[in-house]
Amino acid sequence: MSERITRFFASRWGILLTGAVIGILAPLLQRAGNPANMGICVACFERDIAGALGLHRAPLVQYIRPEIIGFVLGATVAALLFREFRARAGSAPIIRFLLGVFAMIGALAFLGCPWRALLRLAGGDLNAILGLAGLATGVFIGVQFLKSGYSLGRAYKTGPLVGWIMPALMLGLLLLRLLAPKFSQEGPIFFSEKGPGSLHAPLLISLIVGLVIGFLAQRTRFCTMGAIRDLILMADTHLISGVVALLMVAFITNLVLGQVHFGFFGQPVSHSQHLWNFLGMALAGLAFALAGGCPGRQLFLSGEGDGDAGLFVLGMITGAAFAHNFALAGTPDNVADKIVGGIGPYGMGAVLLGLAFCLIVGFTMRERS
Amino acid sequence: MSKQVDARGLSCPQPVILTRQAINEGEFPIEVLVDTVTSRENIRRTAEKLGLKVEIVETGGEFKITLSK
Repeated sequence: MSERITRFFASRWGILLTGAVIGILAPLLQRAGNPANMGICVACFERDIAGALGLHRAPLVQYIRPEIIGFVLGATVAALLFREFRARAGSAPIIRFLLGVFAMIGALAFLGCPWRALLRLAGGDLNAILGLAGLATGVFIGVQFLKSGYSLGRAYKTGPLVGWIMPALMLGLLLLRLLAPKFSQEGPIFFSEKGPGSLHAPLLISLIVGLVIGFLAQRTRFCTMGAIRDLILMADTHLISGVVALLMVAFITNLVLGQVHFGFFGQPVSHSQHLWNFLGMALAGLAFALAGGCPGRQLFLSGEGDGDAGLFVLGMITGAAFAHNFALAGTPDNVADKIVGGIGPYGMGAVLLGLAFCLIVGFTMRERS
Repeated sequence: MSKQVDARGLSCPQPVILTRQAINEGEFPIEVLVDTVTSRENIRRTAEKLGLKVEIVETGGEFKITLSK
């Protein structure tokens, strides 16, 4: 029985179902209170978590997002039920951490992870086209490295504790969300009073949606970066069919909910500085390709015992802290004064530094025999 | 003696890349060792698409996948 379910989830129908479920639930989360075109955004939500913990002090983007907690724990439940939970680690962890840092810096230059790029497009935000083009370009470069023998080396089976760290951290975050302690008068835990961080669906809804998506995505290996990579590398359309399902279903759901507004300038939590939308996501795409998964996939892997993926996630959270502390992240377009937003000189420098780091990793990392 | 590909511990998509390289060399049967269900399913899908016969044996959380024409 369990084998038959596994085969279903590994089939075309399984991946289409997962894409479609995310495509319905994300716009509904927006309707339930999440920010516009941000029903789900792994990068933004990890950034909000970094803010809630006080790792950065940008007052508009601080909240412990239950979706992220749900993604990891949903994947843990699925992996345990299907006996796939396996503690493993040791594949160039420090490189993966830094790939996570730079992936986040790239994603926050664009203002979104690949999932949000799709959701932004499904809401009519045409800047997402530049972001997705950048993502595909970054993944394309990553594929060239893979073809020429790039590898971060093998992970090895290890003690169960390694696999349980990320699920345990998520339980800790859930506790902090529930108890909302104030550790000092001016200190965390912070929850934004205005801005995107203040906009959120009710806790239980966010958590349940997260758990459902985490479960499905663990079973089907849903991955936006993998979708583009497999298409370029071996003309395999399996994963990309799930991504297309997500985009189409999210677009239809947004139409039904009246959440589609086409345009470039002044789109919700987005900027129309085209070059840096493209380059930011190119950096993110390359970092995801080198690390073997998009931010969502890294969360699901970390839930099934992959300690290296967990370190990538922690790298992303650290990257978010740098992005806001060092003013690297993109600023949304200012509609009132008609000023195009985007990233400043430090952000541009950080994106270029990230690209340089990824290229060095791509050229130098080979499996040692 | 069949050709062996040891893809244990490697992350996606390296197991599939190594398997495809072995398939392209044209020597069958090929034995592929992997240690995650993800890699097992990816290799199964790739091999079935190429019309190969796939046999899988599980031992202690690892999988030996035998591909033949």
